[in-house]
This record gives sequence, C-alpha cells and structure tokens, in this order.
Amino acid sequence: MIQDTAAPVARSRRFANHVGRLMKLYPLLFIGFALLLTVILVGVIGSRFMDPDLSRAGSTPLDIAPSREYLLGTDSMGRDVLAVMLRGTPLTLQVGFMAATIGMGIGIVLGFVGGFYGGIVDTVFKGLADILITIPALLILVVVAVSLTGPVSINVQALVIASVSWMLPTRTIRAQVLTMRERAYVSVAELSGANRFEIIFLEILPNLLPYLAASFAATVAIAILTTVGMDALGLGPQNVPTLGNTVYWALFYSAPLRGLYWWWAPPIITLGVVFIGLYLITAGLDKIANPRLRSHG
Amino acid sequence: MTTSYVLKRLGVFLLVMWGAATFSFFLPRIADVNPIEERMAQLASRGAVSVGNTEAMIKNFEKRFGLDKPLAEQYVRYLWNTARFDFGFSIAFFPTSVGSIIREALPWTIVLLTVVTFMNFTIGVLLGAVLAWPRAPAFVKVVAPPFMGLSAIPYYLIGIGLIYLFAFSWQIFPISGGYNIGSTPQWSSAFLWDAVRHSILPAASIVLSGIGFWAIGMRGMMTMTMGEDYMLLAESKGLKGWRLFIWYGMRNAMLPQITALALSLGHIVSGAILVEVVFSYPGIGGMLVQAIRNFDFTLLYGIVYLTILGIAIATLILDLTYPRLDPRITYAKG
Amino acid sequence: MSEPVLTIKDLRVSYQTPKGKVRAVDGVSFSLMPSERFGLVGESGSGKTTTALALLRLIKPPGVIESGEVHLAGKNLLSLSEEQMRRVRLAELSMIPQGAMNSLNPVATVNNQIIDGLRDHGVNSPKHVLNERIADLLKRVGLEPSVADMYPHELSGGMKQRVTIAIAISMGPKVIVADEPTSALDVVIQMQVMETLIGLQEELGASLVMIGHDMGLMAQVVSRIGVMYAGKLVEVGTVRDILLSPLHPYTQLLVESLPSMESKLTRTRRPRGIPGITPSLLDLPAGCAFRPRCPKAIEQCSTITPPLEKVRADQWTACHLYGETEKQDGIPAKA
Ligand SMILES: Nc1ncnc2c1ncn2[C@@H]1O[C@H](COP(=O)(O)OP(=O)(O)OP(=O)(O)O)[C@@H](O)[C@H]1O
Ligand SMILES: [Mg+2]
Repeated sequence: MIQDTAAPVARSRRFANHVGRLMKLYPLLFIGFALLLTVILVGVIGSRFMDPDLSRAGSTPLDIAPSREYLLGTDSMGRDVLAVMLRGTPLTLQVGFMAATIGMGIGIVLGFVGGFYGGIVDTVFKGLADILITIPALLILVVVAVSLTGPVSINVQALVIASVSWMLPTRTIRAQVLTMRERAYVSVAELSGANRFEIIFLEILPNLLPYLAASFAATVAIAILTTVGMDALGLGPQNVPTLGNTVYWALFYSAPLRGLYWWWAPPIITLGVVFIGLYLITAGLDKIANPRLRSHG
Repeated sequence: MTTSYVLKRLGVFLLVMWGAATFSFFLPRIADVNPIEERMAQLASRGAVSVGNTEAMIKNFEKRFGLDKPLAEQYVRYLWNTARFDFGFSIAFFPTSVGSIIREALPWTIVLLTVVTFMNFTIGVLLGAVLAWPRAPAFVKVVAPPFMGLSAIPYYLIGIGLIYLFAFSWQIFPISGGYNIGSTPQWSSAFLWDAVRHSILPAASIVLSGIGFWAIGMRGMMTMTMGEDYMLLAESKGLKGWRLFIWYGMRNAMLPQITALALSLGHIVSGAILVEVVFSYPGIGGMLVQAIRNFDFTLLYGIVYLTILGIAIATLILDLTYPRLDPRITYAKG
Repeated sequence: MSEPVLTIKDLRVSYQTPKGKVRAVDGVSFSLMPSERFGLVGESGSGKTTTALALLRLIKPPGVIESGEVHLAGKNLLSLSEEQMRRVRLAELSMIPQGAMNSLNPVATVNNQIIDGLRDHGVNSPKHVLNERIADLLKRVGLEPSVADMYPHELSGGMKQRVTIAIAISMGPKVIVADEPTSALDVVIQMQVMETLIGLQEELGASLVMIGHDMGLMAQVVSRIGVMYAGKLVEVGTVRDILLSPLHPYTQLLVESLPSMESKLTRTRRPRGIPGITPSLLDLPAGCAFRPRCPKAIEQCSTITPPLEKVRADQWTACHLYGETEKQDGIPAKA
C-alpha cells in the first residue's frame, strides 16, 4: 500500500527535478514559455470577465485616457481598448498557430516524402520551396488578398498565411531527414528484412523532435508576423479587433501623433512580448537540437 | 569565369522574369476581378465618377490589354510591354503611367533601404562576431541583448514608438513624409538635408530591429567557426588577435551572411512597406498600399513585377560573384 | 651533459562538463632533451591531445590548466602573459594538430597561410624575399612551389599535411608537437610524410613530441616513449626498454598486442587491443585507474594511486608491483 502511494510522489518529484535541471540548462527557453503562456492566459481568462460588447465601435465615449472605468482608455472609434485587447490577442495568436500548424503539416509531409524518396518528387518540392521562399510573403499575400473577392474571415486568412508558411519547415525537415537517412542506413543494414520505412520513421522522428519543435516555434512567429502585417495593411478580416487591426486603426486615426498612447501601445507591447517569447523558445530549442551552437565563451 | 556558366545563369534569370510576367498576366484573369469595375464601384461609392474620364480609361485599358484580341496575342503583347517596363496607366491616377509613378517613388525606397541595409549588416555582423569571440570586451555582452530582443519585433511597430517619442513628445524629428510639405524635390543641399532629417526615424526603426537579426546569425556562424580545426592551427601559429578574428574567423563565418545580404538587398523594394506606411514615406511601399486601397491593379502588378526583378537581379549578382568569395565553389556548378 | 629544452612538471588539465569534472591530464611530468624525439602513446581519450594543447596554452573552455609548470628554454610558459605566449608559439614551440585534413583555412591560399605566421612574428621582408622563403619551405617538405598559390581544397590529404609541417617549421622552433600527424593518411603516404617530418626535425635540431596510438609506428620513429592511461603517464622509457622489458602491466599488454614478426608472416591474427573497457574519466576507480583491467592487480592497487617512479636507469613506471626495488622520484628524463 505504501509503495502504491509513494511511487507517484517519487515520480512527480523526479519529474520536478528533471524540469529544474532543464530550467538551469536552458533558462531562456523557460522565460520564453513563461512570456507566451502569460499572454495566452491573460487573453483567454481576461476575455471571460470582459463584456465583449465594449470592443464594438460606438460602445464607449471617444478618446478617454485610462481611468478607473476604462482601465486602458477608449479609442477614437468608441471602443474600450482593454476589451479590444482581450478579444484581439487570442484571435491573433489563433491565426498564427493555425497557419503555422497547417504550414508545418505541409512541411512535414513534403519534407519527409522529398527527403525520403528523393528523385523527381524531391527536386520538385525543393525547387518550389526554394523559389517561393525568396519572394516576400507579404507581397504574395497582397496579391492574393486583393484578388480574393469578398471579405476575408479569420480562417481564410489563416489558410492564406499557411500557404506561404510551409517553405521553411519543408526545407529544414528535408535536410534533417536526408542526414538522418544516411545514418539510419547503417542500422537498417543490420536489421535486414525489417520494414525500411518503419525503422526510419521510428528512428528519424524521435531524433527530429527538437528540430520540429524549433521549426514550429519559428513558423508560429513568422505566421503571427505575417498576419499582423496583413491586418496593419488593412488586408485582414474586417470588423475583427485583432492586434494588427488595432494597429491599423490606430494609424488610421493618427493615434501616435495625438498622444493616444493607450491605443497604439498595448498591441505593440503585447506583440513585443509574444515575439520575444517565441524568439527565446526558438533559440532555446535550436540549442537543444544543435549542440554546436552552444558557445562556451 | 566560364561563359557557359554566365549564360546559364542569365538564362535562369530570364526564365524567372518570364514566370513573374506570366503570373501577373494570368492571375487577374483567374481571380475574376474586373479592375475597372472595382474602380468604378469605388468611385461611385465616393460619389465621384467623372464620365469622360471613365470612358477614356476604359478605352485605354482595353487598348493596352488588347482585350478584344485573342488571349495568345494579349499575352505576347503583355510580355513585350512588361519587358520594356511599360506597365500602362495607373487606374487610380489616370492618366499618369505606372512607370512614372514608380520612377518617382523608387529612389526614396532604394536610397533609404540600401543605406540602412548596409548599416545593419556591418554593425550586426561585427557585433555577432565579437559576441562569439572569447576575448571580447565585457561591455559587448551588455550591449547585445537589447538588440537581440528588438530584432524579434517588427520594425514598423518600433517605428510607431519612435514617432511617439521623438516626433510627438520631444519633437526632435519630423513626424512623417520624405521632405517638408511645400518644398519640391530637387538637388539642393537644403532639400537633401531636409530629406535626411525625415529619413532618420524610419531608418532608425529598421536599424534598431535589423542589427540583432544580423548579429544573431553571425554569432551562430562564428561560434561554429571557432570550433573548426583551422582556428586551432591558426592560433598555434601565434597570430595576432585581430588577424585571427578577421581573416580566419570572420572571413569564414561571413560567407552565409553574404548570401543573406544579397537576398535582403533583393528585397529592398518591398522591404519596408509598413515602415513607409507608418511614416508616410514617399517610397514604393507607400505606393503599394495606395494601390491596394484604390484597387489600382496596374500599379500593383507593376510593383510586384519590380520586386521580383529586384530579387532576381540580386541572386544573379550573388551567383556571379560568390565563387570569388569562396574558392571552394566552382563556376561549373549551378 | 646538456640541459633539457622542455620540462613539464605535474601538469593538470580538467574539463568542466555538465556531468562533472573530467581530469583529462592528471599530473603529467616529463622532459625533453635538445633534438630528442619523444613519443606519447595511449588509447583514445587518455589525454594526449589535451597534453599537447596545454603545452601551447591552447586549452579552450570548458577546459582549464589547473596547475603545473611548462619550462621551455628557461621560461615557464604558464606564467607568461597572453602576448608573450603568442610570440612563443610558432617561433619557439609549434604544433602540427590532430585532424590536419581541416586544419587549413579554406578561403586562403597556402602562401598567405604561411606568410601570416611569419608576419606576426616580426618577419618584414619584402614580398619577393618572402616568396622565395616560402618556395624553399615548400621544397623542404616535398611540395612544388606552385602549391603556394593553391587553396586547401585543391590539395590531397598528404599535401595538406605537408603544408602544416611547412608552417610548423617556418620559424625554426625549438620544439615541435605533432599530434597524430599521419593518422588520417593511408599507410604508404604515412611513412613518406613521417620521413619528411623526421628529416626536417633533424635538420633543424628541434625536439619533437610525437603523439600517436600506434605503438608499432611510434617505435620506428622516436627514441623514448611515454605511455598514457586515463590522464596519467604510467610508464616512460627508451623504445628498447619499453618493447623488450615493459614494466607496467598496461604497457606489457600494449606491447604483447603488437603484431609480431611471426604473425605478420603467417598472417595469424592475434586479438589486438586490451581486454576490458576504457575507463570513464568521470568516475575513475580509487587507487590505480588501470586496476579493473589489470591481470596482475594486488591489494594496494584499489586504494593507493601509484606515483610515477624510476625503477631502472632510464625507465619509470607508476605501478605497485615494483614496490620492493629501490626507487627515485622526480621528472623522467633521459640520463
Ligand atoms: N572540449 C572538451 N570538453 C569536455 N571534455 C573534453 C574536451 N576535450 C577533451 N575532453 C575529454 O578529455 C579526455 C582526453 O581527451 P584527449 O582529446 O586529450 O584524448 P586523446 O588521448 O587525444 O584521444 P584521441 O586518441 O582520441 O585523440 C577525454 O576523456 C575527453 O572526453
Ligand atoms: Mg587526440
């Protein structure tokens, strides 16, 4: 009986020790996670306690500085900035994560298939990724968004961004699969008769996890960057108060020149925290995946 | 350099430009957006349709695209025009031609971004290399992290902060534009000084976020280089610190950075769209946004084509010069 | 009797790793006479390269030289300033590093890589004089003068190694440290490069520390051998003594595992290597590090670490088996 209760405790303590050691080894990675989690939690929990109606235009008086009633003030469209932020932050992150997940999914499939089978398939995938990666994503999006008839929804925007987010993961994953395949051949030869694909999958995928994680974090950052850029250009979904959209309207009403710092600063600071968090996560995971980058100096 | 390599590379260049032109020919036809109709609708919604103008525009538009001709002929005509940088008339600013709009905006963007890109590259690469150098002075380790942090933040957001601080609160620099309203662009020292003053904040916002980008890449490469066998032999040769740092460390670690520099020079045309918007800078980025807002498709495609041209030229130059920088690359490959 | 040119006293180097401190060099002492050739052998990880790098003070973090003395022609290298040490490198003490295949700067010509070293040691000759000097250096290592204008990727492995030799002798050093200079080359070229190196060393009158793990090759080249095991020298002696009457059980096993003349003729292969696994430097056993693999271990071996002591004239060993004989401690040097 005693053993039964002791085991989980010991296990969880061991887990805590593990986390503690990782934290010491990669402090920046943890700071990054903490930053990102804070933003997500504030957005998700905060929006429960906020009246979403206050994020609609005309629901408040205009241009009120932060006060007890309006903690972050109101903007020139008659919206409560806090309400706008609490609604917009999760939306923006959602677009970023959705686009990155789809882009990453495409990248994994193309990277694995190309790297694994080689030949013409590989040449085509690689060539496509190589060419498209040189063209600025925002430019492609401008052309696509302008050519789309009708308003863009959050989901359509995520899809459009995903369509320009798969190149980087495809390239990194393909390169990794290629080197892993070389290494895996040795053990494949030894275990002759076994299913090649299975072995390589079982051997490659676990080894690739840190790369995939780092690549995902980088892709999320790029996707958020892109969605904010689109929104700030006025190409995003209308009437949805995403962070980029808030920047767009703040610029539209010249908020920085009218001293309405409570309007333009919150989205910028939030985005800054998100981007720095993602950067720290990417850099930390890169270090785990690629020990040569660790400098002793 | 072998002639066949150069010819091959030129061939690739032409292929890319042909692809870009073809893409911009077919996309509007697939997308099923009639630019003229869109424009009419937009003007109508502002209650500002001038009938004479519209007719002239439609006529011109049809003539330019030869819309009554068969598709193949339209296509060939389009390719020929594009090759001569004739993008027709702007829909929004009819009868101004797209070419002349671009010619006016392009120098602003090119000058600002070329200067800024080289600044970023030089400072960033040096900073990154020093960061990976074990004998670096301690203050570098203090200076660097803020730049690394700023590099994660898009520069137009930094630009908004700069406007608030330096143009609104302290009024040290002009708020927006490329020059004082009222003066006309000319080659006088007064005007140039005015233009420089206007470009300082946009430049600063790009530099603040750009330095870290280069520094991070360079630090990684330099760290790897420091672990190479040739660095050990070089040090055992008793070389002076600076020679080791520059000619053995940086010289090798910089090779991938040079590739990145060429690419970012290629991206100059579209490099700072949002910075130009934030600062109302009279460059290509600002024009692009106007084109989007006005459904000015001819201007839009002109700018897109120009962007791709920039990238293609940059890669062409890189491919032709890179073998000089890295003796291991032979001309034959490619 | 002449003075030793290089004396190393109780050198200790450790690497701080996440798993703990690795004592890669743990109290190594030996000395070298002018124009002597000294061989340092031992299995992989025994600390040979670390010793060589410590001599030139090229240990990089997470490694540190903890203590010891390295006297080169009267100077204690470990107490020099960084700039003074820089001047010693190449001019008085030069190195041919392990892994010479990638030891040349890939983006500089052979010519420039030699000149850089000369210039930073005060050679200010005009260009044409330097070019002549380099052509001469290349000739001495058996390369055409045209090699000067080539890049490393245009050279074969043997040629690259010859270039590193040319660099190492370019300032006429007193001591050359060669870390497995031929291990990456194939056998035929190995011998040719080795002969070139030896010839030049004799010509210059420099001393040579030759590192390797092939006892057989070493025996043909050097006059004295030091055997390293887990960061310590376990035996030092003349080639003759080491081969014919090795004292330490580890040396004995090493020598036994050498392919003998007979087995070379009859092509019967005896198992090479020594039973047991290389110890992890992270948790060495108490007492003698070799005890777990030693066929002759006695009681004291698991408690007391045997010091390196002189057992015969010219032959030193760190082993409890020779406790009865009259011993003498100090620095193993040629009599
Ligand atoms: N940079 C380092 N960080 C941590 N440990 C190191 C480092 N370099 C060497 N070591 C450790 O020091 C010990 C001695 O290494 P060293 O390279 O001197 O061995 P060696 O005798 O030259 O081996 P080899 O024959 O393989 O060249 C080894 O256990 C090695 O793991
Ligand atoms: Mg070694």
